[in-house]
Amino acid sequence: MLRLASVSKRFDNGTLALDGISTKIDTGEFVALLGPSGCGKSTLLRLLAGLETPSDGQIAWDEGKQPGPGGIGFVFQDATLLPWADVAENVYLPLRLRGQSRADAAPRVQTALAQVGLVDFAAMRPKALSGGMKMRVSIARALVSNPLVLLMDEPFAALDEFTRHRLQEDLHALWRQSGKTVVFVTHSIYEAAFLASRILVMSPRPGRIAADIRTNIPEGQDRRSTAEYVSLVAQVTDTFRQVMPA
Amino acid sequence: MSNTFERAAPFIFGLIALALWQGAVWALGVPPYVLPGPLAILTAYAGDYAALNPALISTLTVTLTALLASTTLGVALALAMAASRLFRAAIQPWAVILQVTPVVAIAPLIIIWVNQPFVALVVCATIVAFFPILSNTAAGLAATPPDLLDLFRLNGATRWQTLFYLSLPAALPNFLTGLRISGTLALVGAVVAEFVAGSGGFASGLAYRIIEASYRLEIPRMFAALVLLGISGILIYAALGLLERLLLRSRNGA
Repeated sequence: MLRLASVSKRFDNGTLALDGISTKIDTGEFVALLGPSGCGKSTLLRLLAGLETPSDGQIAWDEGKQPGPGGIGFVFQDATLLPWADVAENVYLPLRLRGQSRADAAPRVQTALAQVGLVDFAAMRPKALSGGMKMRVSIARALVSNPLVLLMDEPFAALDEFTRHRLQEDLHALWRQSGKTVVFVTHSIYEAAFLASRILVMSPRPGRIAADIRTNIPEGQDRRSTAEYVSLVAQVTDTFRQVMPA
Repeated sequence: MSNTFERAAPFIFGLIALALWQGAVWALGVPPYVLPGPLAILTAYAGDYAALNPALISTLTVTLTALLASTTLGVALALAMAASRLFRAAIQPWAVILQVTPVVAIAPLIIIWVNQPFVALVVCATIVAFFPILSNTAAGLAATPPDLLDLFRLNGATRWQTLFYLSLPAALPNFLTGLRISGTLALVGAVVAEFVAGSGGFASGLAYRIIEASYRLEIPRMFAALVLLGISGILIYAALGLLERLLLRSRNGA
């Protein structure tokens, strides 16, 4: 899908956020960017989205160039819905911005709502929804343009643990079923271990890739209590013990 | 039950206050040219509505025209300030200076410069009223959520799409707050301008009727004009509050 070649990012104020990131992301992977606050993982995500440009190095997409409008689905930490528009209208927004009429877009909006289990909530206003439901709308909005890659920036960090587990399970099922490429920023070892097919562990600022771990947790109910999950969490925890300053 | 009572409370309080006022005027034998009672004011209005009502309409016309001008000017300047940092830097201090200069001090000049009296009154009232719309709308436009701006960028939104689908609706609550403040300020501005114009011999509006009545020591008539102004102010404030509730109802979850 894309290749990063010694990508660095230095902000205008001189802070070096990312230092020489080189890796390759394959189509269909679920990559978790895992690291402590301030390690530059969100910056890396914004570089992939094209919202920032690298100070050094290259990001090479297989298509030859940065995906155009709608090629990238982005989910922010907050749901960031338009409060004056109902759920369906919020999901329609990316298609509307590209000039699709409501009627033409309706089937895609319907599909996206079905993917997150919100078909019955299409006419509701964001204010009337719970935090978890708002995040589902936000995910549907990112999926509606059928993007090449889904970029998610700590989308579940502000949710309570029960809602978070539920959304993690649904996102995992969605990924398995759709085969979509996902890059998911998180600071939770458990979340990364549960969701990802591959974990990129990042060191504190300036961000570097400290470890590249492929996961192999068996599918089925109760993935969180399998031996593979438990040992993966232990492995990642141990990696952090080595890279975090004392 | 207690809710109904709470709603009725201001009216009951008002009636009691009016009754006490009337009672005190009767009991102490205060002459009406010092302090007229509510009944004397009502009588004055009944005897003079042929002059007072057109004056009220004239003041309200100035007020509403000025509010319309303030809205146009305030929103246009706010948009220009949101679009260009240079423009914002150049304009903002001057808008503040215009706002802090008392309109009583500028009104005589404007009335000399603009020889069409109605236009002069509207200009004065607009100077008083436009600033809250400008500053609130500008603050709302500047506070467009950055994540949503990123989302619009990722989807290739044009400048106009970002303005109409995001920045303007996001700034609507701020604009409406500004509009409500400006509504009452426009009335204040219209009255002040009428005072100044009235003392220069231009007969128009309730403020002029107040000056006229004070020269003739027709104190009940002064009060009648004052009451009309008060009611107008309350109605403008309430109408704009209702508009705000209607326009924002959908985003508050209903």
